[in-house]
Amino acid sequence: MGDKKVYRVLIGKPGLDGHDRGAKCIARALRDSGFEVVYTGIRRTPEEIAMAAIQEDVDVVGLSSLSGAHMELFSEVVDALKKHGASDIPVIGGGIIPEEDIEELKKRGIKKVFTPGTPMEEIIKTFRELCENK
Amino acid sequence: MNIEQIIKGIKERSPRAIARAITMVENGDVLVEDLLSSLDKEAIDSTMVFGITGPPGAGKSTLTGKIVGYCRKLGKRVGVIAVDPSSPLSGGAIHGDRIRMMEHSLDMDVVIRSMATRGRLGGLCASAGAVCRILASSGCNPIIIETVGVGQSEIDIVKIADVTALVSAPGLGDDIQALKAGLMEVADVMVVNKADKPEAQMLAVELNEIAREKGTEVILTIASEGKGVDKLYHVMEKIYLENEKKGIKQQKRIEYRKKEITDWVIEMIRSDIEKKIDSIDTDLDKDPRVVASKVASELKDVLLN
Ligand code: B12
Ligand SMILES: Nc1nc2c(ncn2[C@@H]2O[C@H](COP(=O)(O)OP(=O)(O)O)[C@@H](O)[C@H]2O)c(=O)[nH]1
Ligand SMILES: [Mg+2]
Repeated sequence: MGDKKVYRVLIGKPGLDGHDRGAKCIARALRDSGFEVVYTGIRRTPEEIAMAAIQEDVDVVGLSSLSGAHMELFSEVVDALKKHGASDIPVIGGGIIPEEDIEELKKRGIKKVFTPGTPMEEIIKTFRELCENK
Repeated sequence: MNIEQIIKGIKERSPRAIARAITMVENGDVLVEDLLSSLDKEAIDSTMVFGITGPPGAGKSTLTGKIVGYCRKLGKRVGVIAVDPSSPLSGGAIHGDRIRMMEHSLDMDVVIRSMATRGRLGGLCASAGAVCRILASSGCNPIIIETVGVGQSEIDIVKIADVTALVSAPGLGDDIQALKAGLMEVADVMVVNKADKPEAQMLAVELNEIAREKGTEVILTIASEGKGVDKLYHVMEKIYLENEKKGIKQQKRIEYRKKEITDWVIEMIRSDIEKKIDSIDTDLDKDPRVVASKVASELKDVLLN
């Protein structure tokens, strides 16, 4: 017991967006790569996602949004984590996100953003690197 | 967060400290013994631990979420441990139980933690026992453990609980047969969930026959609507209090403690045993059972001298 660290991550969908295929697809791919994935389902508030991330002590939070509300919702998760003393948990995101928004999201503390077509290996690699560096 | 801060934080009910402590247990962190020695023994002894088990899809998470809601109405701080199986291939897991409990996410008096079995045999029981004690020390009472009840390892987890409810529901097919074969032995209460479905009555009648022999109760619930949840809670609490009065609870806990110690010891010496077996090369063409006997008797010699 304890000779190999198991990484724990959370996949969440903030806001009213009901597109959950991408989020579930990422969750499964992470599980199949050996991660323990807490999936919090659709229609959560940023605060709910942040509290779940804290209780589950995850190494990374991954957010998915396809509805266009990513700017507010993603940064609100970052802010909520900070508010609860957990700004050390990195946040990344994905979904339908216009190129021009990505820079601004990074400025607001989202470490990386993935749009459709990104190879799954690249996404898994990012999660793994963030977990290792934590 | 250092170990002192975590120990202090558990007493102060800090979500972050509690979460960190649980991770330390799960990862077998060396400092964890300091932490576990510091826990509140009185709280641990007086905390009710309820097990909710049954086949996938029976409604365990929904029911757990509603029991939590009922406990909150009673003013109780609640802990939940939701156990899911790890994938035997990748070692990973998906924890979806929280989805049914998200209404409690912002409630600081509801502590929910997902745990994967991580292919540990007795190991999970050992970790989950320690997690229970951390939650109890942080003021949670009751603690609810949700596990998928199908195989032997899940039955083992159930032994941590003082009172176990076995949840079934109509439309789950062969799983119910599997339950009859094994798990009913460990159940203190039987729950037929999804009582909104007409077939639930039939299932309840069927289970009642078995339950009557054992002297247990069958309770109908509609978890999705919160119906029957208060009754289930009070039946579990009643069994707990009765068992406590009769000393059965205490006896069960002593037995569980011994089992937990055994599991930890085996976990702790497992790698030494593996090393020893790696170093044998001459006997490997013999039958494994024969070699095991020889290794075991050598180990016993060392242990007993
Ligand atoms: C399937 C689909 C639906 C399905 C959803 C089924 C479901 N349960 O998911 C249904 C039919 C229900 C639906 C409904 C609607 N949809 Co729709 N839908 C789509 C569609 C065609 C595909 C989405 C999809 O599943 N892709 C497959 C998955 C695997 O890809 P993905 O989610 O993008 O994920 C990948 C990456 O983005 C990234 N990723 C995603 N999340 C994350 C998270 C992390 C942490 C990481 C690292 C990576 C990552 O990795 C994934 C794998 O590469 C898109 C168009 C499109 N081309 O994307 C429109 C689209 C998303 N829908 C759209 C709209 C408008 C709607 C509706 C509002 C339509 C309506 N008027 O009713 C409703 C709203 C539903 C709701 N409640 O929110 C718009 C959104 C426009 C916008 N953003 O401004 C789109 C873009 C179509 C369009 N071009 O107009 N939709
Ligand atoms: N009809 C009906 N569905 C229910 C009831 N309780 C739970 N469910 C549904 O059953 C499914 C499985 O529930 P879940 O709590 O995740 O089951 P678990 O796998 O045992 O934890 C979900 O879709 C629930 O909404 C109930 O009382 N009646
Ligand atoms: Mg469940």
